[in-house]
Amino acid sequence: MLNTFFMILQRDVKLALRRRSEIFTVLFFFIIVVSLFPLGIGFDEKMLQGIAPGVAWIAALLASMLALERLFEADYADGTLEQMLLAPQPLSVLVFAKITAHWLLTGLPLVLVAPVVGLLYHLEAETVGVMMFMLLLGTPILSMIGAIGAALTLGLRGGGVLISLLILPLYLPVLVYGSGAVYESALQSGNIEPHTLLLSAFLLLSLIFAPWATAAALKISLE
Amino acid sequence: MSLFKYSAPMNFYPLAGRLIPLFWIAALLLIAFGLYWGFFETPYVLSDQKQYYHILFVHVAASWMGMWLYGMMVFWGLVGLIFNTRLSFMMAKATAVTGALMQLIALVSGAVWGKVSWGTWWEWDPRLTLSLILMFLYIGYIALQSAIDDPRRADKASAVLALLGSAVLPVIYYSVNCPNPNECASLHQESSFKGVEFNILLAMLVTALGFWAYSFATILMRVRNIILEREINTQWVAQLSKN
Repeated sequence: MLNTFFMILQRDVKLALRRRSEIFTVLFFFIIVVSLFPLGIGFDEKMLQGIAPGVAWIAALLASMLALERLFEADYADGTLEQMLLAPQPLSVLVFAKITAHWLLTGLPLVLVAPVVGLLYHLEAETVGVMMFMLLLGTPILSMIGAIGAALTLGLRGGGVLISLLILPLYLPVLVYGSGAVYESALQSGNIEPHTLLLSAFLLLSLIFAPWATAAALKISLE
Repeated sequence: MSLFKYSAPMNFYPLAGRLIPLFWIAALLLIAFGLYWGFFETPYVLSDQKQYYHILFVHVAASWMGMWLYGMMVFWGLVGLIFNTRLSFMMAKATAVTGALMQLIALVSGAVWGKVSWGTWWEWDPRLTLSLILMFLYIGYIALQSAIDDPRRADKASAVLALLGSAVLPVIYYSVNCPNPNECASLHQESSFKGVEFNILLAMLVTALGFWAYSFATILMRVRNIILEREINTQWVAQLSKN
């Protein structure tokens, strides 16, 4: 079972690396959204520091949402997904491998590019560190909850906009704790441990249930 | 006679038809009585709130229904997923629209009340935010339901979505209630029945019951439409149109 997991992971990563532009599209979407805010709101340093956590997280939410549509779409189009459904291995394991690959290709780059946000918004190095850590905890949750939405809307007309309607409200706890912790550390007075613990708990919860729920949703969509 | 007899759309259709007038009469009587009692038999002021607090009778009843109907929608979706019964999915689908309507009434009446009481239409208070989120969940459910053409897939997919929503809702509740775990505070008063005058309590509960009856009446009417729509090719519907 572990072999299958790594095989699918390897396959998805390899396929994505053959079409590198898709990874960069998401990454640059994130950077563009983040750099639009100061242009629209103003360049006051104090204010930028205040809105940075929220802006970075909302941009991350939107960026990972954009990428969701592609999670199952290609495999659905060429029939691979149906073969996965018929495979003797549990579907949730296969799906978990796909979600992991998706996170490696869309979530992890966001974590790595977070220092750019720090530069644009005049954040302290320590705050940037906290932001990277919280993104590292939070983006896998986005991929996992999002995968359920992607499975439910598989092959529907206007699926992309529909996913955001279904999934964005469910992203709310990630946004609240993720940006809350960054905000706390920017104030240099706060304690971020509660945020970290709660976000980790949510991560564990979604690790347990999301692959299984995604598999169930896929079965419904492909029935 | 088994109770499961009515899980068949064919048998439920006439039963719903008989129940609808009863629920309508109950709804009209209860709401009329509750609102009359609430407006004319209760004191003019409630602690620091003046006459405008009377909107409470509509606001509380609607937001109770908004929450209750989401629970009902999840329940019917779950029953449908487990037992694979068509009627449960139809009930879930019919419930969503009324639930969203109740949630909207709660939000609007709350905004009006907030304007006179707190001096603002909207405040990012935990309870207000939560009812907004619940509204979003309803909208997502209805959007998914109507985006899928195949009714079987639409039913099951939206049931999974409703379940997912109800699973994440406690986490959302906690995160909204206490966005900064280091300190917690909120503006919306705690709901408590302690020290509330009996007349107010009576009017509130009766109106809520009236809203409940109204919800059932409309849900049953909608479910009858859905049954006809989906069973259009069956013998008994053809028989129905002949009579």
